[in-house]
Amino acid sequence: MVDIPDKNLLAPGHRGCAGCGASIAVKLALNALGENTVAVSATGCLEVMTTPYPETAWEIPFIHVAFENSGAVASGVESALRIQGKDDVNVVAFGGDGGTVDIGLQSLSGAMERGHNMTYICYDNEAYMNTGIQRSGATPFGASTTTSPSGVASFGEDKPKKNMPMIMAAHGIPYVATASIAYPEDYVNKVKKAAETKGPAYIHLQQPCTTGWGFPSERTIEMGRLAVETGSWILYEIVDGKFEITYRPEERKPVKEYLAPQKRFRHLDDELVEKIQKYVDAECKELGL
Amino acid sequence: MVNIGCVIKTPGNTKNNKTGSWRTFKPILDKESCIDCDNCILFCPDSCINKQHDIDYDYCKGCGICAYECPSDSIEMIQEESD
Ligand SMILES: Cc1ncc(C[n+]2csc(CCOP(=O)(O)OP(=O)(O)O)c2C)c(N)n1
Ligand code: SF4
Ligand code: SF4
Ligand code: SF4
Ligand SMILES: [Mg+2]
Repeated sequence: MVDIPDKNLLAPGHRGCAGCGASIAVKLALNALGENTVAVSATGCLEVMTTPYPETAWEIPFIHVAFENSGAVASGVESALRIQGKDDVNVVAFGGDGGTVDIGLQSLSGAMERGHNMTYICYDNEAYMNTGIQRSGATPFGASTTTSPSGVASFGEDKPKKNMPMIMAAHGIPYVATASIAYPEDYVNKVKKAAETKGPAYIHLQQPCTTGWGFPSERTIEMGRLAVETGSWILYEIVDGKFEITYRPEERKPVKEYLAPQKRFRHLDDELVEKIQKYVDAECKELGL
Repeated sequence: MVNIGCVIKTPGNTKNNKTGSWRTFKPILDKESCIDCDNCILFCPDSCINKQHDIDYDYCKGCGICAYECPSDSIEMIQEESD
């Protein structure tokens, strides 16, 4: 069971779409971290919906920086707190997939390399949602976005998703995990472990987006569950270099069950669905799922 | 008034913005059949269900996640009426 706190640290009234998974992502993370936390966020849906000036949904200290530098700013916050002797404060940085796997990659890589005591959470909705659903390096193969549209000339995104958690693992940092908002117990445990880790920790969180993926708002959690139950998103952690799967579906469902309810995949023909199934099978085999 | 650095010194003041006006469907929670699993509380994107399972309609956007994720079908979504 996940503890329900008396006070939510992300206030209502924010401008996230009805059913937004990003707000669930942050609400659960802050539940786990508690009030003694400073949060940093890159530009993106999360920042735009939670801080419509002069309002803020954050009940803890929060700083919004540019699109590309949440890793750098969180490094500065952590260093400033450490120099003041305040080493019991959690420093958490949030970045969207665009802000993390594309434009913020170098500042994040530097932060991880320098060994700052911080938790970085990439909330991955698999495109640049805030600016109108453009593809990112984290957009999966076959997905239609406004810059990888499906149509006569193309079937949508033609490259596989960039494997960001493994890129982070290659930095040799003490804690790396994948997570999903549909498995709150697993996610909250990982956020707690990340915060307790001395040194940098990275969590790559899949976050279904009703607007960008094209499914009814009540199915946000269901989409996250289907991603995991089909093996399209695998939950694991790597602690001091040791890899472990943290959740195994009892029986892996066909990937079609995950793709079919989403508008971004609706154009895919059987051949492409089969190609995605083979890709998922190979990924599951490689990670031992 | 704009502060230097756009600092906001009032934590959580998005509460000024009553997002309940966005709603077209309204969740009605039946406490009798509720089995206290906490799913609705955990998954509500707008933090508007409290520990006593009261729904704050000032902010509920009517997304329907709580009803969809309720294992005991204790939450029904009903259409809002215009007034
Ligand atoms: C340097 C720079 N380039 C472009 C933008 C415009 N911009 C703002 S948010 C955004 C997309 C963010 O995508 P992502 O990081 O995936 O977060 P999401 O909105 O999907 O949550 C872009 C392109 C910007 N703010 N700064
Ligand atoms: S576009 Fe997606 S991520 Fe952005 S606020 Fe809407 S549901 Fe949330
Ligand atoms: S309908 Fe959505 S916003 Fe309203 S209480 Fe249920 S989960 Fe929360
Ligand atoms: S999801 Fe349903 S059973 Fe669970 S706490 Fe909410 S109303 Fe009760
Ligand atoms: Mg995104």
